[in-house]
Amino acid sequence: MSNSIIRQSYVIPADDFSLAGEASSCVKKMLNQLGVPPQTVKKVAIAMYEAEINAVIHAGGGTADVEIGGGKIIVTISDEGPGIPDLELAMQEGYSTAPDSIREMGFGAGMGLPNIKRYADKLDIKTEVGKGTIVEITVFL
Amino acid sequence: MKGYFHSVTLDEEKCKGCTNCIKRCPTEAIRVRKGKARIIAERCIDCGECIRVCPYHAKKAITDPFENIYNYKFKVAIPAPTLYGQFKYMRSVNHLLNAFKLIGFDHVYEVARAAEIISNATKELMKKKDIQKPLISSACPAVVRLIQVRFPNLIDNILKLESPMELAAKIVKDELEKEKNIPREDIGVFFITPCAAKVTSIKAPYESEKSCVDGAISIKDIYLKLFSALGEVKQEEDLVKAGFTGIRWANSGGESLALGTENFLAVDGIHNVISILEELENDKLEDVDFIETLACQGGCLGGPLTVENLYVAKTRIKKFIDMAKQNVVQENSDNIYDYDLLWKRNVEYKPILKLDEDFEIAMKKLETLESINENLPGLDCGACGAPNCRALAEDIVRGNANETDCIFKLREKVRDLTVQMMEIESVMPPVMDKSDTNKKEKND
Repeated sequence: MSNSIIRQSYVIPADDFSLAGEASSCVKKMLNQLGVPPQTVKKVAIAMYEAEINAVIHAGGGTADVEIGGGKIIVTISDEGPGIPDLELAMQEGYSTAPDSIREMGFGAGMGLPNIKRYADKLDIKTEVGKGTIVEITVFL
Repeated sequence: MKGYFHSVTLDEEKCKGCTNCIKRCPTEAIRVRKGKARIIAERCIDCGECIRVCPYHAKKAITDPFENIYNYKFKVAIPAPTLYGQFKYMRSVNHLLNAFKLIGFDHVYEVARAAEIISNATKELMKKKDIQKPLISSACPAVVRLIQVRFPNLIDNILKLESPMELAAKIVKDELEKEKNIPREDIGVFFITPCAAKVTSIKAPYESEKSCVDGAISIKDIYLKLFSALGEVKQEEDLVKAGFTGIRWANSGGESLALGTENFLAVDGIHNVISILEELENDKLEDVDFIETLACQGGCLGGPLTVENLYVAKTRIKKFIDMAKQNVVQENSDNIYDYDLLWKRNVEYKPILKLDEDFEIAMKKLETLESINENLPGLDCGACGAPNCRALAEDIVRGNANETDCIFKLREKVRDLTVQMMEIESVMPPVMDKSDTNKKEKND
């Protein structure tokens, strides 16, 4: 296994849906340049995209840190938003606290976290009400 | 090793080495080297975007010269419906089809008719439960090739049915052979093409070993001949076979509308297509059944080898679509066409972005790439010959460029060098130094 690790950080802007997804696009490009199998690229891209969107909708943006190497890809999305009061409930398909204005845009269908779980090989969520949320997505190469 | 055939090529004479094409190319397939644009063959998808944007008309499409039809005893034209939007003084589709007979063709068969058969086959296919939805149209070969190089996860979504052009060629050859006893080898079928991508799909098809079409003549090249012939058509024989749903394929959305579902998405213009495919790859469009993707803005009517302005052509063709609606060509029965329309082989992922076969080496290269990129000015000016700074960084790690290809980096180096020279200049060899002897001795 290689000891080299590639790290990248991205800022997830607040309230801007058009920019959300840019970071996952960049990561997708890097993974393609590394020759990572398309299926794996897809897993990372979708999980990361959903987490980015979540940070935009619920937390006023945040940061995305990506680490590639050591046989895995770790994407960490951190925000200083309201936190998730009931994580178990939030993990259920269709459950959403997104306001109507966001649902009207076609987001907030309550599939974000479940989708992340579906595509991540390992998912670790640390959340504290009033402090923020850190979503760590691991996909193995 | 099989080489690449591309219809899109460069006219060296005309190329000024400017940055227009490199910046617009959707697959970053062009670099300027030694004052000329070079197309990286494995990356080019023949979309024709560079043909459209080149202000010096240095990008062109290789098509067959009209004279090639004389290589065959029996000459057949299969015009794309896009052709119908090109002429101001065209009375009807039949009028245009008859003009073909005056310029040297023995027979003409509408690709629009074959398009209708494909539409029906697509409808049938969409009823099946086990297909991967949304289906992505394969009508535009540039998009199929785009998916091959940039969206490998979407290969399974491609509609793997023959193109209307291929089917038209097959039908017309079979009919002539059966009904008129013309030997197959004597028949030359020529597609009248609005674009380069179609030419490539004839010369180097991805869905079968060999195309049934014998050549492609661009709309541009045949335009004048047809234009003159339109004025000479006296008596019209009835040659029209296609209805309005087939003609409508020339427009963006035409293929979708023929499917009888509301649940489609039609996108045109290669950069718009890329955005939609990105969304699809992010699982955002799972609620759509069919996606029509056309590389040219406006669909085939906006093809780079057409003559008429897209918006004018749209208006022109609308007239013929409306006429066809009223005429309602006798309800065409497709049962007589018993063709296997499925592709004979599949397209494969072409990982053109991969930096190295070996993952570890690729990691090293990517690391270097990112650090080089960070030190580049980020202006994406294109003066180095690459479309943007990151692409230059990529070229550097691939060994195809140097950091000093960046004029800003070069300037920095020159300035550093100047400072160094000044420093060296200010230090005098001791034997010649007459300034301050005491000070010098101290240093010693």
